Amino acid sequence: MSARLGSLMPWLALALLFIVTPQILSSATALTMTSLMGVMIIFALSYNMLLGQTGLLSFGHAVYFGLGGFVAIHTMNAVIHSKLPVSIPMIPLVGGLAGLAFGALFGLVSTRRAGIVFSMISLGLGELVSSSSFILRSFFGGEEGVTTNRAKLAPFFGHRFGSQLEVYYLIAAWCFFCVAAMYALTQTPFGRMCNAVRENPERVEFVGYSPRVLRLIAFCFAAFFAGVAGALGAISFEIMNAQQLGSQQSSLVLLMAYIGGVGSFAGPIVGAVIITFLQITLSDVTNAWQLYFGLMFIGAVLYAPDGVVGWLRMHLRVVRRGAAWRLAPAYALVAPALALAGVGAIMTIELANRQLAQARSEGSAMRLFGLDVDASTAWPWIVAVGLFVLGASGVRLLWPRVGEAWGDVNARLQIRSGA
Amino acid sequence: MKFRFACLALAWAISAAPALAEDAIKIGFIDPLSGGGASIGEIGLKTYQYLADEASVSGGLLGRKVEIVGLDNKTNPQESLIQAQKAADQGIRIITQGNGSSVAAALSGWVTKYNDRNPGKEVIYLNYAAVDPVLTNDKCSYWHFRWDANSDIKMAALTNFMKGKPNIKKVYLINQDYSFGQAVRTTARSMLKEKRPDIEIVGDELHPLLKITDFAPYVAKIKASGADTVITGNWGQDIALLLKAAADAGLQTDWYTYYAGGAGGPTGIKQTGLAHRVFAIVEGFPNSAPEAAQKWEAAFRAKTGVGLFYPRAVNEMRMLAMAVNQAKSADPKAIAAQLEGMKTEGFDGGEIFMRKEDHQLFQDMYIGSFGPLDPGAKFDEEGTGWGWKLAGVIKAKDTILPTTCKMERP
Amino acid sequence: MLQLITFSALNGVLYGMLLFMMASGLTLIFSMMGVLNFAHASFYMLGAYFGFEISRRIGFWPGLVLAPLLVGAVGALVERYGLRRVHRLGHVSELLFTFGLAFVIEEMVQMVWGKLPVDYRGPPSLDFVAFRLFDTTYPAYRMFMLSVAVAMFVVLLALLTRTRVGLIIQAALTHPDMVAMLGHNVPRIFMLVFGAGAALAGLAGVIAGPALVTQPAMATLLGPILFVVIVVGGLGSLTGAFVASLLIGLLQTFAVAMNFSLAEVFGPTAPPFLDDLWRVTIAQLAPVMPYILLVLVLIVRPTGLMGTRES
Repeated sequence: MSARLGSLMPWLALALLFIVTPQILSSATALTMTSLMGVMIIFALSYNMLLGQTGLLSFGHAVYFGLGGFVAIHTMNAVIHSKLPVSIPMIPLVGGLAGLAFGALFGLVSTRRAGIVFSMISLGLGELVSSSSFILRSFFGGEEGVTTNRAKLAPFFGHRFGSQLEVYYLIAAWCFFCVAAMYALTQTPFGRMCNAVRENPERVEFVGYSPRVLRLIAFCFAAFFAGVAGALGAISFEIMNAQQLGSQQSSLVLLMAYIGGVGSFAGPIVGAVIITFLQITLSDVTNAWQLYFGLMFIGAVLYAPDGVVGWLRMHLRVVRRGAAWRLAPAYALVAPALALAGVGAIMTIELANRQLAQARSEGSAMRLFGLDVDASTAWPWIVAVGLFVLGASGVRLLWPRVGEAWGDVNARLQIRSGA
Repeated sequence: MKFRFACLALAWAISAAPALAEDAIKIGFIDPLSGGGASIGEIGLKTYQYLADEASVSGGLLGRKVEIVGLDNKTNPQESLIQAQKAADQGIRIITQGNGSSVAAALSGWVTKYNDRNPGKEVIYLNYAAVDPVLTNDKCSYWHFRWDANSDIKMAALTNFMKGKPNIKKVYLINQDYSFGQAVRTTARSMLKEKRPDIEIVGDELHPLLKITDFAPYVAKIKASGADTVITGNWGQDIALLLKAAADAGLQTDWYTYYAGGAGGPTGIKQTGLAHRVFAIVEGFPNSAPEAAQKWEAAFRAKTGVGLFYPRAVNEMRMLAMAVNQAKSADPKAIAAQLEGMKTEGFDGGEIFMRKEDHQLFQDMYIGSFGPLDPGAKFDEEGTGWGWKLAGVIKAKDTILPTTCKMERP
Repeated sequence: MLQLITFSALNGVLYGMLLFMMASGLTLIFSMMGVLNFAHASFYMLGAYFGFEISRRIGFWPGLVLAPLLVGAVGALVERYGLRRVHRLGHVSELLFTFGLAFVIEEMVQMVWGKLPVDYRGPPSLDFVAFRLFDTTYPAYRMFMLSVAVAMFVVLLALLTRTRVGLIIQAALTHPDMVAMLGHNVPRIFMLVFGAGAALAGLAGVIAGPALVTQPAMATLLGPILFVVIVVGGLGSLTGAFVASLLIGLLQTFAVAMNFSLAEVFGPTAPPFLDDLWRVTIAQLAPVMPYILLVLVLIVRPTGLMGTRES
């Protein structure tokens, strides 16, 4: 009984979090952003059904997000036009079904093979659909896209969903439902077979399943949830356009899933929250935000292939066993060096950005970490590069200690669990 | 745990948004400030900052300073809506935008719905460069005002000019395959048919937007058609690459363009060596501008290092100042009421007016050709030593087109 | 008409050869290391920018030699200090690494050389008309591009079939473990191949830079097409890459020349809901052609035209 309660706790916490968020962050911008996060959580999770769970690396997942959104927005306009008694909360289902339909259609073509062939077909289909969006103008609305007014649909128990707060709760409810559904799916035999397809398709065949059919089913599920996300996005912004199904959106979802961690269920959720937040706020702070995104991605691939959640989980395990203090000294040594290197790197990038990209038009004077500096003089550069080199060599020098500490901790934990 | 952390970070970031100085009138400038579109967005931002400083130094509006807040939309409509929301949250009630009709359509729709749902907090949207005709026709909004001539008006002006050029006999149309390119193509066809029925349209090409790396195949086609004139609405790399391929193949035609003067365009034309074969239609050229405007341009160039690519921005800010001063209020409702039907003297001369029916500004349009500077001409472009030379003027009254706008007034 | 066909063929072959210059390196890297290098087109872009920088300081011809070498060095460094680290994590991680790298290179190029196209010109000595046919001129620079591409093809062919290094590479294509067991330093071969592939892409960039526009988007414009080429040709097959390059080059160029649409064939009234599709001309579809080809080929023949392996 208590174990069941324990497994329910995270869900209650999640629900509570969804409910109280607007009380803490009540500004309209925060609401728009949290709404977008909800949409992206569903999208990233649906992507991870492919990448993390079934081992299919897709470069065109935004196709189903976008098509779901377009069908949803056309449905909304049709409902408004013919005054049908359909209200907003039903629309995401329409988007999901559209995603499912297109997923089944394109999935038939693309899931026949796994690996590189699958990736390349997804890339080709993605380009094909986004290029055709300029040709099939009446459906995709050309460059301006298709707009709607969500408040004109039939009210849902008195709610017209004009305000962003109502939309937030709608998205939160759908998000909660989708997260739960996708989690449940991973626990079913089907979810386990998907993992098996990822690990060893040959053995799957020996057990009597067709990896191809399993891939197709997983693909359809992923497309369904991507369609739901697309429809929710369409409701939130009241506009859909071709950019939403292009390669940029497809790369974004890959970034989210990977940074958060494809190895765990919660990974893409965290990734979606982090990346959405950074995407919207980072551009206020620096012009070079895309460079930071790229570096962050490379850094994750090189040093944290399990993503943020994988990293946290690794430590949580140690903390639970009460062995965190064994890591602390090594971390305390490395952390300042790491911070130094990070600050140095950011300073160098910002100085370079100022001097190379902006100095001609806006002058080389700038504010860096609260200090007024001139990027055309040598001193800031010496400091920045010096900090970076100092920090980086510190990390290089001290990192073996972290390795040792981990080796120590792992050995002890193993002994204890063995005994 | 991690959620709470994320929330805290979020709350911090939002509360850390720059605090407002109550006295300044803020204008949100929503355009690409990072990524590929930034080269154009930054020029716009600089122009507006210069104009805001100018207004502030000379006493401000109602004694309040004017401040431009740059908001990076990454040329993405959805992102633009978030930025507009951000602006509204910060108490910014005037926004201006120009690059990309997709963004403009999204913003215009957003402003209309936002004002509907948030009475008393209205936001006004001043459009300085998005030229899709639909914004002042079927999708017009009371809260949207446009200072640039829309693409139909430009084509009307261009064809009025071509009417008097008997050497034009065979025209080839090549445009980008999206709403703007389509609009250029269809109006060019219908207007040429009406004004110069003897002109033969020997080709009508649509190519994908910003995806062509080599225009040689298209140029081979133009060549094969025997055209003597090409009309194109291409911008960005699509105009530069097209002209380059044409010069390579020795194509001898005249080019009537919308955006040959855009950032990077003059450099491209200079490279091809097509002196005075490339024409562009704009609302003013520095070399033919009135005395005051030339002086202004010189000061602007000295300060910013670029030419004034948006004379309409000057018109926009001056008319905004007039509206605020006449209404004695910076409330968007009052501003909108003043701007409707406003008449004044344009930056490049002539009377300009904001048509009440659709909020489209009408102004004299100028056609110029690009080539080596004439003696006495002061302004070259992008340091090429070449500049624009006036070829013709079309009066504002000759550019007036009907509108299908059914304005819904609050 | 004859004029259009001649020049379309010339342009198509030129474009195809340019594609092959990049696709050959990509194929080599893929078949030896199993890495689908997403940053390959970025090396092409780096080649163009390095060439530009050198040409405005020393001249075009030194740039033609130095820039590809520099790009090759950058490629070798990327392999040594980046790819080799992720190698143990599997092919997906390697692929994602290059995917991120492409982003970073583009951003850095924008930072250093700006977002607008740069004024990269060919040498004045090639600034003349090569020949004039049916009143259309063909610039000498394009002839030069074509001959460089052909020369590179011949050299590559000779290198692979006639030399010892070529033999090892060919062996490593199919039996990497066996080659390692024979005592060859496979990691070093990998580094050299990656560097050489990057240098080839760089060379393509140096000669294409002045003819097409040198700008930060040039990598993103060509990148996806390159994948189409090597997948359609068959992963790991150089001949396949060659055939596919030419096929796609000609297909795209000739498609541009055609104005047919369904409306012209079946009459102007379209069946319901197909109005847009009815009016699309083949010329409008030209840039989509490679992707249609890709999907079709992979449905019919998942190994590509000449490939033998699937992953």
